[in-house]
Amino acid sequence: MTAVIESEGLGKRYRRLWALTECTLSVPAGRVVGLVGPNGAGKTTLLSLASGMLAPTTGTIEVLGGRPGAGPGQLARVGYLAQNAPVYAELSVSDHLKLGARLNPGWDAALAADRMKHLDLDPGRKAGTLSGGQRAQLALTLAVAKRPELLLLDEPVASLDPLARREFLQDLMEAVAEQQVSVVLSSHLISDLERVCDYLIVLVGSRVRVAGPVEELLASHHLLSGPRRDPATLPAGQQVISASHTDVQTTLLVRTAGPVLDPAWTVSGVTMEDLVLAYMSQAGLGRGRRHLEAQR
Amino acid sequence: MIEFHLDGRSGVAPYLQLIHQVRQALRLGLLAEGDQLPKVKDVAAGLAINPNTVLKAYRELEYEGLAAARPGVGTFVTGTLAGASLAAHGPLRHDLQRWLAKARRAGLDDESIEALFVSTFRAAGEEGAA
Repeated sequence: MTAVIESEGLGKRYRRLWALTECTLSVPAGRVVGLVGPNGAGKTTLLSLASGMLAPTTGTIEVLGGRPGAGPGQLARVGYLAQNAPVYAELSVSDHLKLGARLNPGWDAALAADRMKHLDLDPGRKAGTLSGGQRAQLALTLAVAKRPELLLLDEPVASLDPLARREFLQDLMEAVAEQQVSVVLSSHLISDLERVCDYLIVLVGSRVRVAGPVEELLASHHLLSGPRRDPATLPAGQQVISASHTDVQTTLLVRTAGPVLDPAWTVSGVTMEDLVLAYMSQAGLGRGRRHLEAQR
Repeated sequence: MIEFHLDGRSGVAPYLQLIHQVRQALRLGLLAEGDQLPKVKDVAAGLAINPNTVLKAYRELEYEGLAAARPGVGTFVTGTLAGASLAAHGPLRHDLQRWLAKARRAGLDDESIEALFVSTFRAAGEEGAA
C-alpha cells in the first residue's frame, strides 16, 4: 500500500528554535493516525508541513506521493483543519458552503447539504455566533465535502464539550467508513484516540519517539514488575522505555519483539495510555537510573 | 438487529468486545441464521470507533463460520451457538431469578453474588474435569 505521508530527516526551525528534527515517517494509507505529545512537541508543525502551510528547513516530505501545497491538484487531495476550527465570523453558514463549492474542484454538494441537514445548522446564521461544537462541525463539513484523500486535523476536539466531542468523532468515523479517507489527527485525549486510531505517532521534544500500527505497538510493549533490579541487566533486545523503583521493587515498561521469559518478572500488557505516558516521560529514565545507583 | 456498546475501561480490545457481543446474542437467541449484522458504517458512526475495528471483528466471525459478508449488502449470520438448548433457557432463567432473589434476601450484595457464582462455577468445572 502507498504511503500517505513519507518523510525523511524532516526538520523545521523557527529562528533559532527547532520545532521538529530528524522526523522520518512512513504512514500507510487507509489509517486513522493519532498524533500525540506534550504541548510544543511539534505536532502542529508536522501537520502544517504536511498540508503545505509551512516549508521544511531540512529533509523532505511527500504527501500522497506529491510535494505538499504544490499546485491546485495537490491541495484538492488534502483536507486540513487547523487548531480551534477557524471560520469566517462575519460570513453565514451558507456563505461558507458557497465558498467551499467555488474553491474546491471536487466539491460534493450533496454530501455538504446532507451534513447540514443532519447537523441542523441554520444556513443564515453568522459563523461567529455558532457554538464551539457547531463551528468544529461546520469546519469538518468543509474539509470532508472537498472529498480529500487525506484529512489533517489539528486538535479538532480540544475545545469541545464531551457530547460535541463524541458527535464530531462519530461523524468523522462515518466519513472514514464511507469515503475511505485517511486521517491524521492530533489530540491529548487518549481515550478518544483508543477508539478511533489504528496507528500512533508519539512526538516529544520535536522528535518522533515511536510510530507504528497500534496493535503492533501494544503487542510489543510489556509492563514488568518484580524485585528491585538494575534495568541495565536486562537481556539484549529488551529496550527499557520507562522505569520506576521503590526500595524493594522495580517496574519497567519495555519494548521487545520476543516474549519475556525471566520468571522473576510479573508480565502484563499495556494500554495505549501506558504506552504514550511512558514515551512522554522517557526523559525521566536517566534520572531514575541515577537514583537507583545513588541508593546502592 | 442488535446494537453494540463498548466498555472503554474493561481493557478488552474493542474488536473482541464486538465479537463477544455477537456470540452472546447468538447464544441467547437474539440473533439467528440469516439475520443481518449492523452495517460497518453505522457501527463506526454510532460508537465513534475506527471502521477497521468493526471490519476486523466481522472477519473474525467469518473465520469462525458464524457470519458471511455479501458484497455491497452487508454481513449476515450464518451459524448458531444456541442450538437445541435455547428452549431450556426460559425455565433456567426463571430458576436463576429465584436464586438471585433468595441471595439478596440473605443479604448478599452484587459483588458477593458474583464471587459466589464464579467460585461455584469453577469448582463444578474442576469436578467435571477430574
